[in-house]
Amino acid sequence: MSDTDKKHEMNRRQFLGNMLKTACGVGLVGMGLGIYSNRASSLPAHYLRPPGALPEEDFLGACIRCGLCVRDCPYDMLFLGEVGDDVATGTPYFVARTGPCEMCEDIPCIAACPTNALDHGLTDIEESRMGLAVVVDQETCIAFHGLRCEVCFNVCPIRGKAITLDLQHNVRSGKHALFIPVVHFDACTGCGLCERACILEEAAIKVFPTDLAKGELGKHYRLGWKEKEKAGGALVTPDVEHKYNLPEGVRYDLQGEGLIIEEKPEETPFSSNPLDSLNSSFMDKK
Amino acid sequence: MKLTRRDFIKSNAVAAAASVAGVTLPAIKTATAADGDDGIRWDKAACRYCGTGCSVLMGVKDGKVVASQGDPDAPVNKGLNCIKGYFLPKILYGQDRVTQPMLRKTNGKYDKNGKFEAVSWEEAFKTMAEKWVAARKAKGAKGVGMFGSGQWTVWEGYAAAKLMKAGFRSNSIDPNARHCMASAVGAFMRAFRIDEPMGCYDDLEHADVFVLWGANMAEMHPILWSRLTDTRLTKPGCEVHVLSTYEHRCFELADNPMVFEPQSDLAIANFIANYIIQNKAYNKDFIGKHVNFNKTTTDIGYGLRPSHPLQKAAKNPNKGKFNKIAFDEYAKLVSEYTVEKASKMSGVSEKKLIKLAKVYADPKKKVSSFWTMGMNQHTRGVWMNGLVYNIHLLMGKISEPGNSPFSLTGQPSACGTAREVGTFTHRLPADLVVKKDAHCKFAEKVWKLPAGTIPRHNGMSDKAAQSDISGKPMGKTLIHAVAMHRALKDRKMNCFWVMCNNNMQAAANFNEESYPGWRDPANFITVTDPYPTVSAQAADLVLPTSMWIEKEGAYGNAERRTQFWRQQVQGPGESRSDLWQLMEFAKYVKVEDVWPEDLIAKQPEYAGKTLYEVLYTNGQVDKFPKQTVTDDRGNEYGNDEMDYFGYYVQKGLFEEYRLFNSAPGIPKKGHEMAEFEVYHKARGLRWPVIDGKETLWRFREGYDPHVEKGSEVQFYGAKDKKANIIFGPYEPAAEMPDKEYDLWLCTGRVLEHWHSGSMTRRVPELYRAVPDAVVFMSKKAAKKRKLRSGSMARIISRRGEIVCRVDTKGRNKVPDGLVFIPWFDAGRLVNKLTLDATDPLSKETDYKKCAVKIVKA
Amino acid sequence: MVDLTTLGDDSIAAKGWIKAHKWLILRRLSQLGILALFLVGPVLGVWIVKGNLASSLTLDILPLTDPHVLLQAVLSGVVPETTAIIGVVLVLLFYFVVGGRVYCSWVCPVNMVTDLASWLRRILGIRTTSQISRNSRYWMLALTLILPLVVSGGIIWELINPVSMMFRGIVFGMGATWVVVLAVFLFDLVVAKEGWCGRLCPVGAFYNLIGSRSLLRVNASNRAECNDCMECFVVCPEPQVIRPALKGGSKGISPVILSSDCTNCGRCIDICAKDVFSYGGRSVSETIRSNPEVVKKQEVHI
Repeated sequence: MSDTDKKHEMNRRQFLGNMLKTACGVGLVGMGLGIYSNRASSLPAHYLRPPGALPEEDFLGACIRCGLCVRDCPYDMLFLGEVGDDVATGTPYFVARTGPCEMCEDIPCIAACPTNALDHGLTDIEESRMGLAVVVDQETCIAFHGLRCEVCFNVCPIRGKAITLDLQHNVRSGKHALFIPVVHFDACTGCGLCERACILEEAAIKVFPTDLAKGELGKHYRLGWKEKEKAGGALVTPDVEHKYNLPEGVRYDLQGEGLIIEEKPEETPFSSNPLDSLNSSFMDKK
Repeated sequence: MKLTRRDFIKSNAVAAAASVAGVTLPAIKTATAADGDDGIRWDKAACRYCGTGCSVLMGVKDGKVVASQGDPDAPVNKGLNCIKGYFLPKILYGQDRVTQPMLRKTNGKYDKNGKFEAVSWEEAFKTMAEKWVAARKAKGAKGVGMFGSGQWTVWEGYAAAKLMKAGFRSNSIDPNARHCMASAVGAFMRAFRIDEPMGCYDDLEHADVFVLWGANMAEMHPILWSRLTDTRLTKPGCEVHVLSTYEHRCFELADNPMVFEPQSDLAIANFIANYIIQNKAYNKDFIGKHVNFNKTTTDIGYGLRPSHPLQKAAKNPNKGKFNKIAFDEYAKLVSEYTVEKASKMSGVSEKKLIKLAKVYADPKKKVSSFWTMGMNQHTRGVWMNGLVYNIHLLMGKISEPGNSPFSLTGQPSACGTAREVGTFTHRLPADLVVKKDAHCKFAEKVWKLPAGTIPRHNGMSDKAAQSDISGKPMGKTLIHAVAMHRALKDRKMNCFWVMCNNNMQAAANFNEESYPGWRDPANFITVTDPYPTVSAQAADLVLPTSMWIEKEGAYGNAERRTQFWRQQVQGPGESRSDLWQLMEFAKYVKVEDVWPEDLIAKQPEYAGKTLYEVLYTNGQVDKFPKQTVTDDRGNEYGNDEMDYFGYYVQKGLFEEYRLFNSAPGIPKKGHEMAEFEVYHKARGLRWPVIDGKETLWRFREGYDPHVEKGSEVQFYGAKDKKANIIFGPYEPAAEMPDKEYDLWLCTGRVLEHWHSGSMTRRVPELYRAVPDAVVFMSKKAAKKRKLRSGSMARIISRRGEIVCRVDTKGRNKVPDGLVFIPWFDAGRLVNKLTLDATDPLSKETDYKKCAVKIVKA
Repeated sequence: MVDLTTLGDDSIAAKGWIKAHKWLILRRLSQLGILALFLVGPVLGVWIVKGNLASSLTLDILPLTDPHVLLQAVLSGVVPETTAIIGVVLVLLFYFVVGGRVYCSWVCPVNMVTDLASWLRRILGIRTTSQISRNSRYWMLALTLILPLVVSGGIIWELINPVSMMFRGIVFGMGATWVVVLAVFLFDLVVAKEGWCGRLCPVGAFYNLIGSRSLLRVNASNRAECNDCMECFVVCPEPQVIRPALKGGSKGISPVILSSDCTNCGRCIDICAKDVFSYGGRSVSETIRSNPEVVKKQEVHI
């Protein structure tokens, strides 16, 4: 090997070495970033995305952190994640308790989004799914104790659909009703108006990102009565008519009350018609 | 709250666990429950807001209300509260309580156009007394006026009525209850000759069918609605029928929801009577024994100024006379109201109307009818109340468990104070009226006053004109709330004291009738309130008051339940209770200032005395010496009025008032109350209380001791002990939508705020729940005006305009031709829009019907 | 070795302070002016420009979108809106004309931070620097574009991108962004000379590529006047770009600085007491005074 060759060889080695060093460095940065991003890719419980936001992973890919949605929100309730926040830096979010989505009909935040991170296909704000409201604490929610609050129900913009009141008998007081708020996944947009309005010190109804809030029934299982309602009748051959051995004055209602004992008038020695007594003889009764 | 180190670690551990689970818990207060409740003194009180009369327990520590709970032993609410009741402690501690008297001044002197400056109580009352005495002398009995309250405690109302009627010799006192249930009173007096419901809240459990006539109980009487709902849930066959001019929250429970065209309720009620008669379902025995049939004078105008075209057009303006007729004639009068006609007028389907009529006509079904402002704030409110009584009376469905025509009240003591102690212009305590010379004489006797002191309605006592300090004859003396604002505007009244209410935000026609009179330099307006309300802003003198449990008090709810509380805490700064203010002010006026010589001559020992001495240190009011107020558990309570005046003021006033109910020779029986001390022990008692026993259903033998044995039912308010069925026809509303003003405007309340919001809007949580008033519109109506939910709209009536946000999705679903705006919001005064048309008989304003137009703001 | 204590004195003496700092002042005005345009909205309520450098809307009509961030979004599977595409095209056109790295020296707020670090290095005489290849930035760029393809979680570079963070921090709220900015500053000050902008920043690398054929260039057309004071090499953030243009006359190399690493910052113009440098196009004729033999190669084409 000549000197120049050696020199070339040295240069080549140095070059390769340098390159390897750089590649390793950058690779390490990449790994670190990957892990960091993994941590940042699930939305924490208190942060909600604006209406129309793609599923979190897609959203993080689509959102270019420009803040145009923030600027176009007429209620100024959107913010961009700052370094140190639990939400990906520069991505828009809102916090229901302090500033929920007011559900503008024209959805200006979506119109402002240049990348479809907020889905431009969403034109009806009531179809948006920013999260899901959950009555997280039934022990403190005063409605569960029978107090007449219902603020969450009253402020809900999807009135009567996203939150309904389940009326129940108040066993404790004996004469009042309970007006229990129930959230329905198929209508709740997760706007957070209920959480803001909750009058407790700490809200008993909270909106969480849907993946945190939503349960899922086993894939195999159906609720029989709902299926029947959906189908408009029994899914199998309807039941035959049943007949029973029953004493007199007793009926059996298969689909309803079950055993029904018909009330007999209380017995007295007299007929209900006074004429029967008047016209009877003074013979000893049997 | 102190956190011990252990608690701190514990709460941190919880937070740490939570953060691991991916949930961020903002500052959990794990340690609060444990350390707080030691040393809290609990005592009962009646809730400050509506006429339901829930009982609460208030927790006091170090002179401050620190806790509250629903009273678990209270029969009305069993420990429950509505959302407003939940926040009761906070209404005391709004950051802008007025704590000193404030007088408009320039350069140290009173000036109508000056700025408010703090003054001493002495300066305040001196200034005020000077104005009052001058106005009383110059303008006669109507020269001064007081606008009181169904939120006054019982003794405050009593002391006020006495101060005005006996002291100032003026009937110019009316409560805000005039805006609230005057129509109900009018109908009670006409049908039964005695005021207040015959039934009680137990009807809520005993009825099979509930009919709501213009009452949004779901929001306005939340706890009663809870009871009604429970009956609907648990009693097989129970039905709820709801009538209203728009869909409100009661419709959520309605089996028979009916939205009717405003004012057509008159036709619906008459149709039901007709249906009952046509089907011969009426209770022949009952009407034969207990009922008279009558028809009322028609075409009676709209309670507007006499110069108003509508008033001029009326044939019999303000006439309330009704004449006896035979049953057949009555049957003929209602026969006009067929189901077709009622359906056409109301827009409610015939099917629904018949379904409604059927439940009334079914003798086996117990029906309770409930109503509030929808029926009372109505230019034919007295008639309308009566038409519902007609239905119940035809069927005999009255005065027994579950069968009840029930007028609910919106204020905590509309019954107990405004009605029972006589704070109306025409009334005296216990259903006595100034129209009757004998009643006045009885009152004068009880009050130890010379005969002829109290001004009669026509200024005539013993057929002679009553003399007046003005030198002129007394003349006509009655003046109701709406007329007072008109008199101020016309400078016929120069001094006005508004106490415990917010009339500048309430009274209709702000721009034309209310504000000009208040701000007229000829007039001097005093407002007593805990907070700087719209009324206070428009006043000349603002007096800070100690409110609710900052004084000893008593309220009477809608089911005749009288409830007492002790003073729990002291009012802030120099605030003094309304009672103290009324009595202290009486010290600044001498008998000679307001009584003519010939009257003083009748009782010369009163010469030179102050009204305070004549009215309150009369040997009755000051009968009970100063004592320490305690409960059974040995807790001691303050009583600022007793400390100041030197005797048990509240007890003295209440016991003197009781003389009207139970002294020998009382003109009207049926209002008996228990002794003062009993109420401090009981969770409220329903009057008449006789021999320590309460009365649940009045006029029914067995339930009501006033009913003679063997008579089953006696409407003993009337001499013949019969009730009156009074026919009143449909007559149109005062102002109906036309081409330009094309929408009905209805006003009302929401669950979260109470009345003008002066208390509830100072509770941050309630404010956050419902921050501002909105205009509820139908989507279609909004779209037509290029509006949508959330956009700002200008609502314009012939009298003014306001701007507010449109709501097409919220709790009230209105028909296309009607809009609803709640009135709690001091930031947008809906009374700039409303019309001051009143029921000509009850003088109650119709806040439910006027015409507006709406454009984009 | 240049005497750092007298750096720039000659230029000031020759041209006066203002002329000796002309382009620096203009650059700062540009950087701050752009920030100001974005800030008058939130601060004064007068909305001229909304958004930030990632994407903005001027006067509700003109969209501008950062091509690097949008490319990352596209790589993670996004179909951008038309406005974003228009915005990117406009930005690309602009930098194609004026030079990609004009973004770095005239727009990017981090430039002020790294300039401060460089200045302090000179003042404090810090000469140590670790050997990080200037080509590392292309690796970094590759990384930013590969990450969206291989790792779920989208535009991962934006999690730590100091460039967008700092601008966004100023316009929307700092949070802990200052930590990142401080890190960049300390990196440049202590670890590596011109470490961030000159060696690592993938945004700069991206713009570098965009502007590789740009029309606006700095040239040393007056290179004949060069007195070899070497001050331009000291102040230039990418000093490797100067030598060919300044010293390549003898080799027939054009006086135009053609390396796309050049940020068109104009520091060399300011610092030069002899007015060797100036802005110009891609083809520039050399001013001939003391070196007549070059006259033949008057027209220089690349």
